[in-house]
Amino acid sequence: MKRVAVVVFPGSNCDAETLAAARAAGSDAYFVWHRDTDLRQADVVILPGGFSYGDYLRSGAIARFSAVMGAVAEHAYAGGAVLGICNGFQILCEAGLLPGALMRNARLRFLSRPVWVRVEQTDTPFTSLYEKGEVLEIPVAHGDGRYVVDPRTAAELEAMDRVVWRYVRENPNGSTNEIAGVTNAGRNVVGIMPHPERRDAPALGGQDGARVFHSMEARHATQHAVDVRAVDDRHLRV
Amino acid sequence: MSAFRVEVRVMPRAALLDPQGQAVEHALHALGFGEVARVRMGKHLVLEVTAGSRDEALARARAMCDRLLANPVTEDYDLAVDGGAAR
Repeated sequence: MKRVAVVVFPGSNCDAETLAAARAAGSDAYFVWHRDTDLRQADVVILPGGFSYGDYLRSGAIARFSAVMGAVAEHAYAGGAVLGICNGFQILCEAGLLPGALMRNARLRFLSRPVWVRVEQTDTPFTSLYEKGEVLEIPVAHGDGRYVVDPRTAAELEAMDRVVWRYVRENPNGSTNEIAGVTNAGRNVVGIMPHPERRDAPALGGQDGARVFHSMEARHATQHAVDVRAVDDRHLRV
Repeated sequence: MSAFRVEVRVMPRAALLDPQGQAVEHALHALGFGEVARVRMGKHLVLEVTAGSRDEALARARAMCDRLLANPVTEDYDLAVDGGAAR
C-alpha cells in the first residue's frame, strides 16, 4: 500500500475526488495542507485540480511559492513520484519541475466536457497499467489548458518520449503537438490536463482514469529515477 | 530611501497565439475599426518600490518580474520607473 499525499491549496477543488480515487485504488491517501513542509512519509505526491489562489496573475504562479512546494521539489529530486492534475500540472510547470506553460485556451472558452487522449508512454508511475496507444475518454475542466513550449523543448520532449498523453480526434485547447500530459527527464514527475479522478468508476460515466491511480499501487510503479536507464535512447526499467 | 513608482508591462511573447488579443481585434473590426491589426493583450502592474535609488528600484522590480510577475516561457516584460523608461 502506497502512502499518497494529496496537497490542498486554497482554491483546490478536486482534492476530495483525487483522495477518493487513490483510496479506491488501495492507497493510503491523506491530505497535506499547503503550509505543511513535511512530505517524508509520502511515496507519491499529487497536486490536485482547482483554482489555487484564484488563478491570480497566472494559473499556478502563486501556489508554486507555497511552503509545501519546497518539500514537493525535494521529493521529486529524490526520485519520488509526483502527479499534477490540471491546476496541479500548471503549478508543476510554474515551479519548473515540468517544462512549458499552460496558457489560455485557443478558443478562449472554459471547457468542461469529456475529451479523448491516447496513452503514449507506459513507463511512468501513473501509466504502467495502460497499453501504449490506448485511447481514453477523460473529462477536461479548464480555461488555461493550452500547453506551450518552445520548439526546441517540444522536439526534445518528442525525441525523449516524454509526451505521456496526447489529445486525439480534436485538439480542444490548441496545445503544442496535441500534448495533454508530459513527464520530466527522470520520468517520475508527470502532469496531465484532463481529470482521471473524474472517470474512475462506472457511476461517473466510465473508468478510463482509474488505472492512473492503480498504476501507483502496482509493484513496479514506484521505480525511482535512478532505476531507469537510458539504452539506445529508450528508457528501460532495470 | 524613497518610494519609486514602477510600472511593469507584461506581454505574451510575440510568436505565441494570443487569443484574447484576437478576440478584441475581431470585436474592433465588427465595430467598424477596420484599420486596426495585430492587437495583443497583456498585463499592466503598478508597484511602489522603496529603494535608495532609481536604479536600485529598477533592479528590484526586475528581480520581481523574473521570479513571479512574468513567466519566462511565455511572456516578455518591460519596466518604467517614475516617468523614465528602462529595459
